Amino acid sequence: MRKRALFGIATRSILRNKLRTLLTMLGIVIGVAAVIVMVALGQGAQSMIEQQIKGLGTNMLMVMAGSTSQGGVSQGAGTFNRLTIPDAEKLAREGTTLAAVSPVIFSRGQLIGGAGNWRTSIMGVSPAYQAIRDWSTRSGSFFTEADLRAVRRVVVLGSTVADALFPDADPVGQQVQLRNVPFTVIGVMTPKGQTAGGNDQDDTVIIPYTTAQAHLAGHSRIGQIIASTFSPGDIPAAQEEIRSIMRESHKLAPGEDDDFTIRNQDDIAAAASGTTRVMSMLLAAIASISLVVGGIGIMNIMLVSVTERTREIGIRMAIGARSGDVLAQFLVESIVISVAGGLIGIVLGYAAGIGLARATGWAVAMPPEAALIAVLFSAAVGVFFGFYPARKAAALDPIQALRYE
Amino acid sequence: MPAMTATPPVIRLEAVTRVYNAGQNAVQALAGIDLVIEAGEMVAIMGASGSGKSTMMNILGCLDSPTGGRYELDGTSVTGLTRNELADLRSRKLGFVFQGFNLLSRTTALENVELPLLYDRSGRFFGKESPAPAALRRVGLAERMHHVPSELSGGQQQRVAIARALVTSPSLILADEPTGNLDTRTSVEIMALFQELNAQGITIVLVTHEHDIAEHARRIVEMRDGRIVRDTPVANRRDAARDLAAAGAAA
Ligand SMILES: Nc1ncnc2c1ncn2[C@@H]1O[C@H](COP(=O)(O)OP(=O)(O)OP(=O)(O)O)[C@@H](O)[C@H]1O
Ligand SMILES: [Mg+2]
Repeated sequence: MRKRALFGIATRSILRNKLRTLLTMLGIVIGVAAVIVMVALGQGAQSMIEQQIKGLGTNMLMVMAGSTSQGGVSQGAGTFNRLTIPDAEKLAREGTTLAAVSPVIFSRGQLIGGAGNWRTSIMGVSPAYQAIRDWSTRSGSFFTEADLRAVRRVVVLGSTVADALFPDADPVGQQVQLRNVPFTVIGVMTPKGQTAGGNDQDDTVIIPYTTAQAHLAGHSRIGQIIASTFSPGDIPAAQEEIRSIMRESHKLAPGEDDDFTIRNQDDIAAAASGTTRVMSMLLAAIASISLVVGGIGIMNIMLVSVTERTREIGIRMAIGARSGDVLAQFLVESIVISVAGGLIGIVLGYAAGIGLARATGWAVAMPPEAALIAVLFSAAVGVFFGFYPARKAAALDPIQALRYE
Repeated sequence: MPAMTATPPVIRLEAVTRVYNAGQNAVQALAGIDLVIEAGEMVAIMGASGSGKSTMMNILGCLDSPTGGRYELDGTSVTGLTRNELADLRSRKLGFVFQGFNLLSRTTALENVELPLLYDRSGRFFGKESPAPAALRRVGLAERMHHVPSELSGGQQQRVAIARALVTSPSLILADEPTGNLDTRTSVEIMALFQELNAQGITIVLVTHEHDIAEHARRIVEMRDGRIVRDTPVANRRDAARDLAAAGAAA
């Protein structure tokens, strides 16, 4: 039988019951639209995270204390927190692939000044930190090597802190108290926004690490050492170099495990986007349940249709249709319904995605291949759920079918 | 009976039986049928209700297979063919006309007549002009081609059905009570059409309960309890066209 004719028969019999076909399609329409929206949201979130991680700084590498073996972090006794200032200095001195190196000392504390007080995170770093994070100042300037060596009590405010304590004035030159120690504000950083995890990167103050060690007692632990390479291509070589310098610095014997971990931006990005990928896949999976429900709707209607058209099937068989022709006719019909539903669903899904992006400001990414997959998937739903009714039609006995009332 | 023709008979049944529900309550619908129908014949099958006429027509039409015996259609044995092979035989050699017309509703006359061409696998209509309009002209419905069955009278619907049976130029047209749903005058019109087609060389087998209708055939086969009890040529064959003309003149 000619394929065009098959398609014609299918569309004609579908159009014959417009309302019924529309209602049948609705399940697939909603299913496909839901999947598209979920995928779009998931992809949007993922690409936003990737962008933010890129925003962490160019060609950045992180060294953290403790080794990671399979299954997580394992720390041997006595190896706890073995990142030191000499480690950072050795890396800066000997790392040929490293453009800049800075230790990072994390702590938290109360900042008093301007309009009141503000609890925030405190980072003790070296001046190289600014270049590594690729982070400019909004006003004033970052501290210098001289400030570091002189252990000066100078502070650079994150924009959130600056806006909270000094809403109307430029804080540069003002005196503040950080953990009851007087500091002079010398700069305000430009806003960097939220991290992938939803932390405000601008809710922080930055001081020289020497000052942190000298004046903020009890908080002299180095959380991490961050470094940048000259170009992204240097990352693998830099990783190896850091490793050998660190092993030397920590006097690790050959065969002994690293007591530190080096991570690059890709690792961080993968970890962060892995979480969102799982989330968005979960959402898409839930959405695709409605596709299955839609498929069951198609199967139901096709079974009704086969029963209603028993006599027609008998007539077609009597005038020479083979079982295969009847099978193809009903299968094409359910595929046409499901693919048409899929196409409408794509349009609706994209419209909903764009609407959602407009209304909420969420990041929405519309991958074109999602549309293709949706069409193929809905066709597969048509085949899967149309096959049983079609086979039922094809297996009818022509005489009984002709006699059917 | 023409003596010793070179061409094989259109139909040859030898000791054909058909048992329904083989098992406890088995019904022997056909109890050994021997029948030969030559090309160009027009045969009426008569008999009481339940005598097995439809059962035999289904077997002749390759819609059903005999339980026992032999059936040859156009010289080839039909016994043991698969469902698909039977479908191909129906497509190539047979045309059906039913009591209830059995047209597809909401489908125009022309599309109904084109339906068998859709399932043709011989390729003999491929790339040629569709024979459907000509078939409709042959049954006198050229004007009604684009009407759907609900817009046609019973007689017109049966004509469409006959055109559909004709369109593939079959060796044999089978009609099970083709006038069963029609009034007397329309029945005679349909018989006139069958006679005309038969005169053009088409072999026709029809089932009827009415003797008047049966007398339009050349031969009457009578059945009882699944057997053929009488098989006689029609002595005074009715000419439906002439009867119609006479009736028209009398009116
Ligand atoms: N599918 C079937 N299953 C069981 N028995 C059947 C079936 N079809 C027909 N029969 C039986 O076979 C016998 C012959 O039936 P058939 O339909 O051939 O009669 P018929 O001569 O066409 O009768 P009518 O003039 O009423 O149409 C009947 O006894 C009938 O009950
Ligand atoms: Mg009957």
